[in-house]
Amino acid sequence: MFDSLSERLGGIFDRLRGRGALTEIDVRAAMREVRVALLEADVALPVVKDFIEATTARAIGAEVIKSVTPGQMVVKIVNDSLIELLSGGEDIPPLKVNVTPPAVIMMVGLQGSGKTTSTAKLAGWLGTRERKKVLMASLDVARPAAQEQLRVLGEQAGIATLPIIAGQTPVQIAERARQSARLQGFDVVLLDTAGRLGVDEALMAEMAAIAGATNPDEILLVVDSLTGQDAVNVASAFKARVPLTGVILTRMDGDARGGAALSMRSVTGTPIRFAGTGEKLDALEAFDAARVAGRILGMGDIVGLVEKAAANFEAEQAEKMAEKLARGQFDMDDLRQQLAQMKKMGGLSGLAAMMPGMGAAKKAMDSGAINPKLLDRMEAIILSMTMKERTKPEILTAKRKIRIANGSGTTVQDVNKVLKMHQEMANAMKRLKKMGGMKGMMKMLAGMGGGMPGPEGGGAAADPGGAIDMGALGRMFGRPGMGSLPPGFNKFGRK
Amino acid sequence: MSWFGRLSEGLSKSTKKLANNITGLATGTLPLDEERLDAIEEALIAADLGPRVAARIRDRLADQKYAKGIDDDGVRAVVADEVAQVLAPVARPLAITHRPQVILVVGVNGSGKTTTIAKLANRFKADGRSVMLAAGDTFRAAAIAQLRIWADRVGVPIVAGDQGGDAASLAFEAVKRAMDEGIDVLIIDTAGRLQNKTGLMDELAKLKRVIAKLDPAAPHDVVLVLDATTGQNALSQIEVFGQVAGVTGLVMTKLDGSARGGMLVAAAETFGLPIHAIGVGEAMDDLQPFTAQEFAAALVGAA
Repeated sequence: MFDSLSERLGGIFDRLRGRGALTEIDVRAAMREVRVALLEADVALPVVKDFIEATTARAIGAEVIKSVTPGQMVVKIVNDSLIELLSGGEDIPPLKVNVTPPAVIMMVGLQGSGKTTSTAKLAGWLGTRERKKVLMASLDVARPAAQEQLRVLGEQAGIATLPIIAGQTPVQIAERARQSARLQGFDVVLLDTAGRLGVDEALMAEMAAIAGATNPDEILLVVDSLTGQDAVNVASAFKARVPLTGVILTRMDGDARGGAALSMRSVTGTPIRFAGTGEKLDALEAFDAARVAGRILGMGDIVGLVEKAAANFEAEQAEKMAEKLARGQFDMDDLRQQLAQMKKMGGLSGLAAMMPGMGAAKKAMDSGAINPKLLDRMEAIILSMTMKERTKPEILTAKRKIRIANGSGTTVQDVNKVLKMHQEMANAMKRLKKMGGMKGMMKMLAGMGGGMPGPEGGGAAADPGGAIDMGALGRMFGRPGMGSLPPGFNKFGRK
Repeated sequence: MSWFGRLSEGLSKSTKKLANNITGLATGTLPLDEERLDAIEEALIAADLGPRVAARIRDRLADQKYAKGIDDDGVRAVVADEVAQVLAPVARPLAITHRPQVILVVGVNGSGKTTTIAKLANRFKADGRSVMLAAGDTFRAAAIAQLRIWADRVGVPIVAGDQGGDAASLAFEAVKRAMDEGIDVLIIDTAGRLQNKTGLMDELAKLKRVIAKLDPAAPHDVVLVLDATTGQNALSQIEVFGQVAGVTGLVMTKLDGSARGGMLVAAAETFGLPIHAIGVGEAMDDLQPFTAQEFAAALVGAA
């Protein structure tokens, strides 16, 4: 399969890093690879061309000469350009929901882009974050049960929906929705429209008519982040008929690298407001340009990982772990807690996908070299130990190991691997303690926070059991253990 | 209107652009020089063929030495031929060979599974076969209602449970009923899922295992529904759904829009899975067999 953008860029910049100086030829060579990588990530061709042109111009010349390591500089320039393109450079004005009520927000897009789900998510977001009273109305009279779908979602999320009256046209429903919202004191009315193709003249005219009749304060284009080159056509077709004010990118939890985000931002000229990140109704996040650019550049979605971990991690557990850590203790139960934590966070491959430099690990997992059931099996092994064994693993004799292996349905080798991993993690914890505990971690964090996978940062991922492995990351953020991939984990996975 | 007409019409806007890109630089008979080859390559990329496939087709064209010159239509025909060559081996309709033939329909959210199922059911029914649907999307709100409405419109029975129910046990029940009632074709809908969601993909594997208890050969077909607007991620979808659900064939939807579905070319090269049909509209008879020549012609605007 094609390389992910981050892998490909990672490869280029590895090569660049190895050299002392960066020439124009180097930059152009790198940019050729960047171009292919962006195309493979589904960034639209015209957008790619502009991006490459601008970035090449920036990379060649004074800016590069000043830098200490040329590779770092190119990474920074590409990264900055990506962020600039994604965010548009200026601060995004907030959604216009504080107008004379009701504010009208209209959702448009292709079939299957995720409009209805996004409508419900946005309604929930407006309700909880902005404290708005929201009414949703489905104008989709084309797809069977579409109005029913929104009604059910409204029920699930506790958001009012406009009662369905069969036989009304979309414009009639829209007007009724606005009327009802005004009379019943709603702050915001969300209009979920039918999916339509940019080339379908009749439906595009209908959409323009709805916009004309309701004069929406916001018209949000809902776009599937899996979209390919067609993103340009979609964006321009919708932009030509209604005054778009923003974009919602859905399915950002998929494994597409987000190329559509680049295309959408640059073609619509409107901000990407939100990213849909899951099937649940609260899975809507403010779009973070820096984070997406970082993910594209192979720095991994570190911020996302930390946030996810923070949400999952029970504070009590964290405190207990921190205490133990302070004393330099780390027993089998702690290891088990970590494994459980990892499972919560979407298993190994979910984690690996978010981590910088973990592309290889993810590939190994996908190819079956690392079994996703691994976590379960490791947990089973630890659960098959007695309490005493868990706190003092050094008492494990060959006989005990056989018992544990039988009890957990594994082999003695597997048990040994878990023990080895525990040993390595415990050592890592001790090392960390020597480095000055939390303060040291924060220092490391600051070093990483510079944003660039420089020679040190990038190299560490390849160094087994090195300073910046997944475990260290979790620890760096002051929440020991959470989401850590223990040192030596790779060894365990191999058969 | 013929399906080809509809496809061409849908594609016309983008096709025009593609055709212009391919031939825009040439007036009359000109050599196929680097500049023109570049333009062709970019046009193919813009049609979602992906940079690698586009580069390969460009190389093949360069090898064929059109130094003497070639006119616009010639270029279009040559490119169409190249594309058609890749697609020809995979253009295979869905054949009914079992009774009941169990067809499992899978795909990411919003790719058009439910609509495709309705269209398939309609086609099989028109062929004189008895068809049954199973509402296996127990997750999305109103998905069951949506399929039920389609079942009524087509006039076929449907096996449905409640939202939030277990899809695997529903599928099991549906297969059992289809066997008992002597149904020819059973089409099972599934909830849309992103291929990187391991848990949801495991559910799909479970559903397959459960059905196989009744008939080891079932499901006889696992059809992956691809949205034409999807870019290179389609390849990842085919790969992962292939691994987990054992995809046996593809259906591409939404080809009546401006998306050209060029990644089918890359998919055909990489996986060689049969492409059963394409969706070219929202009406029930807008599911058409896939023909390599015509698709390639529409793709490059050689019609």
